[in-house]
Amino acid sequence: MLRTETLSINVGPQHPSTHGVFRMLLTLDGERVVDLKPYFGYLHRGIEKTAEQRTYVQNVPFTDRLDYICGMSNNLAYALAVEKLAGIGPIPERAEYLRVIMAELTRVVNHCVAIGFLLNDLGAFFTPVLYCLRQREYILDLFEMASGSRMTPSYIRPGGVVEDVPPEFIPAAKKVVAGLPAFVDELDQLLTGNEILMARLQNVGVLPPERAIAYGVTGPVLRGSGVAYDIRRAEPYSIYDRFDFDVITEPGQDAYARFLVRLGEMRQSARILEQALAQIPEGPVMAEGVRRIRPPAGEAYARIEAPKGELGFYLISDGSPNPYRFRVRPTSLINLQALRDMCVGHLVADVVVILGSIDLTMGEVDR
Amino acid sequence: MPSLNNLFGFLQDWISGKLSGFLPPWGVTLAMMVITIVALLLFLVVTVMYLTYLERKVLARIADRLGPNRAGPLGIAQPVADVLKLIVKEVIVPARADVPVYFLAPVVMVAPALLPYAVLPFGPRMVPADISVAVLFVPAVTSITTLALLMAGWGSGNKFSLLGGLRAVAQKVSYSIPLLLAFLAVVLVSGSLSLVRIVEAQASYPFLLAQPLGFIIALICCVAEVNRSPFDIPEAESELVAGYHTEYSGVGFAMFFLAEYIGMFTVSAMLAILYLGGWHGPLLPPYIWFLIKVYLILCVMFWLRGTFPRVRVDQLMNLSWKVLLPLSMVNVAVVALVDKLGLRLGFLPGLVAGLVVMAVAAAVLRTRRRARAAAAARPAWQVREA
Repeated sequence: MLRTETLSINVGPQHPSTHGVFRMLLTLDGERVVDLKPYFGYLHRGIEKTAEQRTYVQNVPFTDRLDYICGMSNNLAYALAVEKLAGIGPIPERAEYLRVIMAELTRVVNHCVAIGFLLNDLGAFFTPVLYCLRQREYILDLFEMASGSRMTPSYIRPGGVVEDVPPEFIPAAKKVVAGLPAFVDELDQLLTGNEILMARLQNVGVLPPERAIAYGVTGPVLRGSGVAYDIRRAEPYSIYDRFDFDVITEPGQDAYARFLVRLGEMRQSARILEQALAQIPEGPVMAEGVRRIRPPAGEAYARIEAPKGELGFYLISDGSPNPYRFRVRPTSLINLQALRDMCVGHLVADVVVILGSIDLTMGEVDR
Repeated sequence: MPSLNNLFGFLQDWISGKLSGFLPPWGVTLAMMVITIVALLLFLVVTVMYLTYLERKVLARIADRLGPNRAGPLGIAQPVADVLKLIVKEVIVPARADVPVYFLAPVVMVAPALLPYAVLPFGPRMVPADISVAVLFVPAVTSITTLALLMAGWGSGNKFSLLGGLRAVAQKVSYSIPLLLAFLAVVLVSGSLSLVRIVEAQASYPFLLAQPLGFIIALICCVAEVNRSPFDIPEAESELVAGYHTEYSGVGFAMFFLAEYIGMFTVSAMLAILYLGGWHGPLLPPYIWFLIKVYLILCVMFWLRGTFPRVRVDQLMNLSWKVLLPLSMVNVAVVALVDKLGLRLGFLPGLVAGLVVMAVAAAVLRTRRRARAAAAARPAWQVREA
């Protein structure tokens, strides 16, 4: 017998495809992965602790910087938690609609980025990712129009949204949304049936539903394992119960299924957006009397179906203007737990693909 | 008045005529050799520089961008800037490098990459040495670069480089076999191993029409031979950072880059010579036709790179050993059979036979993939909706 040794390599924190500063210690037998240890914390900024020194409204910008791809969704989850804690409400109708519009646009942005960079990890040299980023730009322009900022909007605040959108926003958004299905079809045609893509993604990173649930995985990864769990349906928040949309699931349990779920969810987001943009009423966008938030002592947990999965904020108030505890349930961190399980036994090339198919943002993992 | 068709032959005669006035015959031969070599090297270096520019422009258009457009009008000075940058860049030797091997690898990479140009015919009378075994000579010398890749991978003292080097060796060895088998079919029909004779044999129709299957096999193998996407796994950026040349900077990196693009040009030229009829074509001078055909194949390579994801190591090996190798054997058999029957119908029997084999192979592969996908499909497992 040939005597062989395993090889340990560090992938990251500086590596072309670790999606931010993330390090994996891979133990390889040839090219096959025997063990994988994720190391993170490179982007730790102490957001949860710092938030205890700030008022509830001052904390909104921190939420932008968790999952920095999806600022709007983070704002929404935090606003819901504060509203629950302080008993703010009812939220004006127009604000609710704007929240849904922003959250769904964010979902499209996130899935664009996820699919684009997954393809980059697969080695499709920048063409798909640029198509995706082009679409993302259109949506970021909308965010800029509404909030003045493209990635860190701080737009959705406790009580509503910070200010009404300019009059040209709704027509512009309608135009972008009308173009969405064609964009998804384009991606679909370019990628879904591609022989190499299928060979690379099918049966890679298989996560059986029992394991997914045991790890607490949520979002497209869970639905890609065939579990029809979507908080927008399971526990509707905001006004999601008014819209007609499907929860996309795929039975594949592999990276390909996750890819298909993301494509499908973009289509569903377009459906929701069409309905919301058609129905949005006029009116105020901020609840009455939300001046200085000083919730009574107590605690609250609010969660949303963020693009990457369940995003929750757990807040404890001691009656002061600052939260006593500000805890984030980070989607990316919890989805990351399943990484080792999915990677062991695959080749090095698959590890980056599996990592891409989970779709992480290190800002949220490390906080 | 020299005809444009034979411009280079005329130049050659003119220069040697001038030289023979004051040099002995052996001196003229030597001088002509040096002039040819220098001319070829200049041509290659400039070609490579502008291939990178062309590639970036083409890829940019595919990806809905503009590409380089800052240096000079339309960015045409970009390659010059790139070369200058690479030359003045500091060469950093990794602490754990095996220094002699590390420095030798780029040289071993470039030198064999240049050798094929001794035998590649750019036109009639435009071949430095028309040797009788050129079809074997080109793959033989280009496969020396495999050694350089392994040296670079080992000498860098970096694990990513080592993996890249090992992948490169496995890939080059695997794809040389179907490639040569595909070339064998061409040799079989033309009855010669000389590239000039092979081109001359295609005066009536290019072998692409008679051997479509052989061309596709050769094209896939050539893309794999030069480590281009979708077979760029030795330097897979997203997995191995940059593979075997991760630790090279400055001139060392430039050498690998140069060799890679010269390699691309070589395989495209081989495909143009063996399958597209080399310099044959109406109206335009032969060397222009040859370059048009070469650039056509190069653009196909750019196009592949702009569109396709990368295959995985094991899939790469499967493709070579389980699909391309049997198919290339079938191709040799079919071509031999068609040639033997000699139906006097030109390329038609070959074309039909090739297309039939391709259709059968595609059908078989598709059913196998379906079977695999069906075996892998798991029952959906639904959680009761809350």
